[in-house]
Amino acid sequence: MSIDTTKKFNIDTVENAAKTPDTGLPWAELGLKQNEFDEIVKVLGRRPTGAELAMYSVMWSEHCSYKSSKNHLRQFGQKVTEEMKKDMLVGIGENAGVTNLGDGWAVTFKIESHNSPSFVEPYQGAATGIGGIVRDIISMGARPVAVMDPLRFGAIDHPDTARVMHGAVAGIGGYGNSLGLPNIGGEMVFDSVYQGNPLVNALAVGVMRHEDIRLANASGKGNKVVLFGARTGGDGIGGASVLASESFDDTKPSKRPAVQVGDPFAEKVLIECCLELFKGSLVEGIQDLGAAGISCATSELASNGDGGMQVELTSVLLRDPTLTPGEILMSESQERMMAVVTPENVEAFEAVMDKWAVEYSWLGEVTDTGRLIITWEGDVIVDVDPRTVAHDGPVYDRPYARPEWQDAVQADTFTGSVQDAGRPAAPAELAKAVTELVASPNMCSKSWITDQYDRYVGGNTSMAFPDDAGVVRVDEETGLGVALATDANGRYTYLDPYHGAQLALAEAYRNVATSGAVPMAVSDCLNFGSPEDPDVMWQLAEAIRGLSDACMVLGIPVTGGNVSLYNQTGTTPIHPSPVVAVLGKLDDVARRTPSGWREDGQAIYLLGTTGAELDGSEWANMRGHLGGQPPEVDLEAERALGEILINASRDGMIDSAHDLSEGGLAAALVESSLRYGVGARIALQDVLDRDGVDLFTALFSESQGRAVVGVPRSEEVRFTDMCTARGFAHTRIGVVDAASGTLEINGVEALSLDALREAHEGTLPKYFG
Amino acid sequence: MTELPLIGGAPASDAPGAGRLAGARIGVVTFPGTLDDRDAARAVRLAGGTAVELWHGDSGLGDVDAVIIPGGFSYGDYLRAGAIARFAPLMSRIIDAANSDARLPVLGICNGFQILTESHLLPGSMIKNDHLKFLCRDQVLRVENSNTAWTVDYEAGQEITIPLKNQDGQYIADEKTLDALEAEGRVVFRYVGFNPNGSRRDIAGISNAAGNVVGLMPHPEHAVEPGFGPESLDGIGGSDTDGLGFFTSVLTKIVGAGK
Repeated sequence: MSIDTTKKFNIDTVENAAKTPDTGLPWAELGLKQNEFDEIVKVLGRRPTGAELAMYSVMWSEHCSYKSSKNHLRQFGQKVTEEMKKDMLVGIGENAGVTNLGDGWAVTFKIESHNSPSFVEPYQGAATGIGGIVRDIISMGARPVAVMDPLRFGAIDHPDTARVMHGAVAGIGGYGNSLGLPNIGGEMVFDSVYQGNPLVNALAVGVMRHEDIRLANASGKGNKVVLFGARTGGDGIGGASVLASESFDDTKPSKRPAVQVGDPFAEKVLIECCLELFKGSLVEGIQDLGAAGISCATSELASNGDGGMQVELTSVLLRDPTLTPGEILMSESQERMMAVVTPENVEAFEAVMDKWAVEYSWLGEVTDTGRLIITWEGDVIVDVDPRTVAHDGPVYDRPYARPEWQDAVQADTFTGSVQDAGRPAAPAELAKAVTELVASPNMCSKSWITDQYDRYVGGNTSMAFPDDAGVVRVDEETGLGVALATDANGRYTYLDPYHGAQLALAEAYRNVATSGAVPMAVSDCLNFGSPEDPDVMWQLAEAIRGLSDACMVLGIPVTGGNVSLYNQTGTTPIHPSPVVAVLGKLDDVARRTPSGWREDGQAIYLLGTTGAELDGSEWANMRGHLGGQPPEVDLEAERALGEILINASRDGMIDSAHDLSEGGLAAALVESSLRYGVGARIALQDVLDRDGVDLFTALFSESQGRAVVGVPRSEEVRFTDMCTARGFAHTRIGVVDAASGTLEINGVEALSLDALREAHEGTLPKYFG
Repeated sequence: MTELPLIGGAPASDAPGAGRLAGARIGVVTFPGTLDDRDAARAVRLAGGTAVELWHGDSGLGDVDAVIIPGGFSYGDYLRAGAIARFAPLMSRIIDAANSDARLPVLGICNGFQILTESHLLPGSMIKNDHLKFLCRDQVLRVENSNTAWTVDYEAGQEITIPLKNQDGQYIADEKTLDALEAEGRVVFRYVGFNPNGSRRDIAGISNAAGNVVGLMPHPEHAVEPGFGPESLDGIGGSDTDGLGFFTSVLTKIVGAGK
């Protein structure tokens, strides 16, 4: 269709820009700084046109350019060992990394943030977060097979938390459920530090055959450039620049118009349509349109290819014919893709579009000029080197320094603090404490949330929430599958960003190994405050240094991820929250290990040792204390534990395994009992004697590198021999008691499973209905 | 028409009579926005039959012996669940075949059930769940009628556990219709223990008068394979394969009819 827009606005052409160097441009309103604008003028040798300014402003935003974090993120590419490289098919830098699964299969996964829009407009913000990450996965040539969503909201009893919670959960469900992707896990943390800056992260995973891997580049002179999917509208203009790259400020107008609006039906059709294109090998390169829309897609495709690109912008199909060229370039309308197609495949491409009733328009072609040229009815409005837009943006070495307050925070340990007064010791007090713990906002059952997500669709879900990792089958013949877990502990990272980030990785790694899968790759979503604050910048630098160091020890590479900065209200940042996703491989998902025990008489073992590590714990958090040092990290021990869990699963030596993390042993014992409603009798005297801790500490400490496993009687010798041979601490702490209906821990008043379940599952409904 | 492209294909059945069952061809319809078509096809294969892909725009049913309209959000359910899908060219063929003397067996699951009511193959309608949220849970059902094309392998009164997942699952009809359904034994499934959406008289699924057309909100195709059903995912009891009977029933029926 043709749209009569010719005379609706004055088109600022390149020719005009050269003639009118002194025309004032709204660069500050678009989020650019003076030095950045000056740099654009220098790069172009003239002032930018309005359209060029729009492109640079979004592509040079923090969200798209990683300008504050780039210098630090390099470590992920530098600290790489041969072991880490061996299964990596595509590394950082593409839409998502790709890992070899064997048998010709490959897997791609990525985690991303959609934080700011989810605060402004929770439903659409969270929904389009799912949409965006799924398109990243399709762009690699993969069929998406599952999603996960780590969430962090404000205090559970704050009135605004319900607004964000209902909206975000409904948005994730409404969008994800409509795509036919099972939601297999995630996290839910409540903390007042996230009150004005909730974190809505989304992870998607997809699988493909090796030969189907696609990359985002435009090569081959004369190949056609096509935009397909939803029409371009006025939604999400400036989403990446003015919304995601600045702190919220009460004095400014609402940024709601900068939030995109999602159409999951259009996305579902787009997924199937793209898969059919891949099957027919009909596209040379493909790129989803997310942050920065057409600006991003054209500049990235062109700069990753071997030439240039020429595009006629009036060919873009619009929902709103009054959009200006700049708005069209910046729009973040959802459910759009851009592809490069050879002339021979144009007809076949169009047939696929017609079958799925997807709208498309041919915008232009690949050239050999090295320039990205965008015209408006033939007049040149953009003439740039695409690399200067997509890759050569500003990079900042932001000043950072260990905060002055850090020492005082670390010195303020929980033990002996005011909040530690009256520590439970008597059997009745301990029983009350355990019940209180598992009912607390962060430890309670999340089924109120996960019951709103489809975990079954696809028929390949082997494990989902509340088990430690989500597991999906990839190959029906062999049972080959992948396991995924995401973790972060903002309190640990606040106390010590270097080790806190490592703890997040260690926990996700442990969760994956607990399911029986071999950890293979990492994706991270680094949620922090403003990089312009040296304290925050130090947290970010330390977290990245910690993560990259830890990846080397664990032998698994970071294959992708994203950085979300400016998560702060006024001068108060969120806790540094590096959310780490680990992906593992199971040769046969039938071997996966669930987190609960079922069979009467099975032996229960605690693996690992327990120290007095209550700082930053859930227990301290429930008492309103945050200070001291996070639990000690021992990555070699994590690896050793992982190997035990993986081997035990593969050889059928264990029937259940649950990692110990937030809430310590107390939480793990309750969760393993409630998983299938099967009780246990536990005695911890051996642990107390060996580790020199009291019963309270044994139950509530958050020492790392631990897991609780259920071992069939017939496998006990084999299992303990393996642990002994590997020199890994293991203690028989009890036995499964199927008939009792209680969790009995020596020294703790017996806990009825019914009462525990009521406490555990009652919390979210109580607050959210 | 081609076999549905399942990742890796489905395992071959070694059940007795597998050879004969494999000759039974069950069509699985895909609309834009259909989600559970691959699952339904897998269920057919695991039951021993051959799944045949049907596209909503096809003008004919080919030579299928039965049709499944799977779950999902056809056309996004933006108007009313199933309201647009019913006008697909293929639906006219399905309606004709279901009402013909041959009585083509048709199963509508979730969105498929909604499409069948919109098509007037089944009475009543579905509105938003009474609690207004999407709900995914393992649901106990009682098989009230084991004489339909899709339930002959169950016993009347048998309780089965299969997943339920929907936003618009509240079955409604006027009292007269409900009374007639009850009187004619056309209430095929009822929710047991917990009514998950406010459906009238705990109705989870119904049939037409001849018993060849059955629709229900819960998803039997998600409970057909050990390791991937309610027992493995949630462990609330029952088995992983309580839903398999739907698909063996129709195969039994087709093969018994001399295919």
